[in-house]
Amino acid sequence: MGSIATPEFEVLNSELTSKIDKILSENEYDASKLVGILLDIQDIVPKKYIPMDVAAYVASELNIPLTGVYDVITFYSSLSDKPRAENIINLCKSIVCRTNNYMDLQKSLEKILGIKVGESTADGKFALQYSACFGACDVAPAIKINQDVYGNLTEEKLEEIIKRYR
Amino acid sequence: MKEVKISINNQEVVVPQGTTILEAARKIGINIPTLCYHPDQAIKANCRVCVVEVKGSRKLAASCSTPVWDGMEVVTTSKKVLDAQKGVIELLIASHNQDCLNCQRNGTCELQNLAERFNITKTDMDLDILDIPIDDTNPAIVRDPSKCVKCNRCVEACRNTQGVDILTYSHRSDEYIISTPYNLPLNSTLCTYCGQCSAVCPVGAIVERDDTDKVFDVIADEKKHVIVQVAPAIRVSIGDAFGLSEGEIVTGQMVNALKQLGFDKVFDTNFTADLTIIEEGNELIHRLKNGGTLPMITSCSPGWINYIEGKYDHLLDHLSTCKSPQQMFGALSKSYYAEKTGIDPKNIVTVSVMPCTAKKYEAQRPEFNTEGVRDVDIVLTTRELAKMIKMSGLDFKALPETEFDSPFGIGTGAAVIFGATGGVMEAALRTVYEVVVGKEMPSLDFEPARGLKGIKEAEVDLNGTKIKVAVAHSLSNAKKVMDMIDKGECPYTFIEVMACPGGCIGGGGQPITTTLAAKAKRIESTYKIDKEKLPYRKSHENPAINHLYDEYLKEPLGHKSHELLHTHYHPRNKKVADIKLK
Repeated sequence: MGSIATPEFEVLNSELTSKIDKILSENEYDASKLVGILLDIQDIVPKKYIPMDVAAYVASELNIPLTGVYDVITFYSSLSDKPRAENIINLCKSIVCRTNNYMDLQKSLEKILGIKVGESTADGKFALQYSACFGACDVAPAIKINQDVYGNLTEEKLEEIIKRYR
Repeated sequence: MKEVKISINNQEVVVPQGTTILEAARKIGINIPTLCYHPDQAIKANCRVCVVEVKGSRKLAASCSTPVWDGMEVVTTSKKVLDAQKGVIELLIASHNQDCLNCQRNGTCELQNLAERFNITKTDMDLDILDIPIDDTNPAIVRDPSKCVKCNRCVEACRNTQGVDILTYSHRSDEYIISTPYNLPLNSTLCTYCGQCSAVCPVGAIVERDDTDKVFDVIADEKKHVIVQVAPAIRVSIGDAFGLSEGEIVTGQMVNALKQLGFDKVFDTNFTADLTIIEEGNELIHRLKNGGTLPMITSCSPGWINYIEGKYDHLLDHLSTCKSPQQMFGALSKSYYAEKTGIDPKNIVTVSVMPCTAKKYEAQRPEFNTEGVRDVDIVLTTRELAKMIKMSGLDFKALPETEFDSPFGIGTGAAVIFGATGGVMEAALRTVYEVVVGKEMPSLDFEPARGLKGIKEAEVDLNGTKIKVAVAHSLSNAKKVMDMIDKGECPYTFIEVMACPGGCIGGGGQPITTTLAAKAKRIESTYKIDKEKLPYRKSHENPAINHLYDEYLKEPLGHKSHELLHTHYHPRNKKVADIKLK
């Protein structure tokens, strides 16, 4: 029967659990703050994603179904249900960046990192993904690495910025 | 209520305020096409198949979700409307795995019907079919995401009707899919296998595991003695699959069909439903007298058992230890029946016909065997039996009426009503009252347990001791009762729970067209059989049951009963859904 493998449950250890508890308590265990909670948790999980056991833990602590947590994770491109990398590079392709040739940035980034959009580098340092507008239209085309925004970019500038994260 | 006058295709119609365009149109014989719409569910309005023109509006309106207003002018037959509807259907087909000839829903598929209705014969669209593997990891339900039309009916059934919350929508835009969390296979979730998703799916994306071939195979094997038991709810529902009027009583035709299919004996699960009442009734009396765990909760519904074992595993002591009628039958078929007939239990194949997908799972539970031989070998749903009858070319409507075989063919009215929500409660009270009080209940029709209200309650006076009882159907209502118990606020002594809305007559394995209206008809027929068609209305009056005790079991809750008719429960799937490291 069946070809679907059951995922393993290994990410959630007691150290991570106590960090998650702190985030939950800072947010008063309020399920309406789920997006913020998940973003904060994702930041402290290696490879910047929400593993299933973490999602199940959050669901049970907030007393909401796991389906509700999974629905939110998969809806927002800032959240991931799959392992990504240490640093997440978001490449904006909304309208202003689009008219300012975000494609040039994409080519440069793919060249520097040696990966395509949607992939992670083999060393687990970088993941490259598209993003919706994060409000840096004044310096378009822009990228966001983790929480830091960079604009007015050229290939040389990109190389220098990426180096800082290596 | 205020009424409004509208025109549809220049036909005037007067309807109550709040009526949707779809409902108003149906009233005057205009059948607007639908797909995500289901009469028993909340309006979803996501498939857009039902769009129509409303005069004065630039855009087409979804008729399922647009209420009418006075003076509204609707057009449903224009080229603009038909092109839009056809376009939507073509888009759905372009992302649908068109394996129609090999599909379990061939002939009962709503998308197929729409394609036929809209004369869709060729399409120039590129196919874009979801590449997620089929989930057939459990014995009950098969999910094929490549056939999913994302109508959300299954999510509605799983999340709102049942409150089980295994299926969900996930991702967005063109990546939007129906999924389990992290695309887990169902057997790694707390899915109860109730099958309500499969009963509302318009296409073949969620279906029961088809076991018809297994049955044809064992019937063809001359070394095997193949017996079949039929659940109480089948006789008032299988007629639907043959175009008979909803809820029509077809017991005799059904037995005849099973005999023609080649079963060696055709028995009635009603027999062991009566046996369940004797055991469960005595268990209740025992618990009342000896300070046992109360409230006691019924244990016939395997979807319910899966639910409580998953989500309320600290309350398992509340469950009656009685096996379900299906499993009592199975155990007796491989012990008592084998001894009586002198047939080696290894050569007896016990098949059940159930309104239920969870029964397939129940039959495969490791504990349900008698000395290494499976108690119930194969479980068919109502839908699968209907397919076998069709395949064999039997004209169901025209079949003569045939009687069940003995010794397991006699059931009382108390057993028949197991099929309807409240039936087990009513049947149990008919017996418990008489045992405790020493005379018949004031009225054998126990009205407070009947009907489609989500949670029904009543009080019964047992010789001065007043006990409160409750009946819950659908798992979302079961949850409410369980939360009461959890908080120590439960006033009830005895509770009946059925996983499916309406009870077994609304089971997840019932004919595809099952709606609330059909359920009401089936319930009506169920009580009609109880009152008018059977000689006995109380389980303890069943002569075959009394004979079984005299000859074999000796006494209720006795040694033999415990061995064959009672079971135990265990928490399930802790690994997945309830991870708590604290």
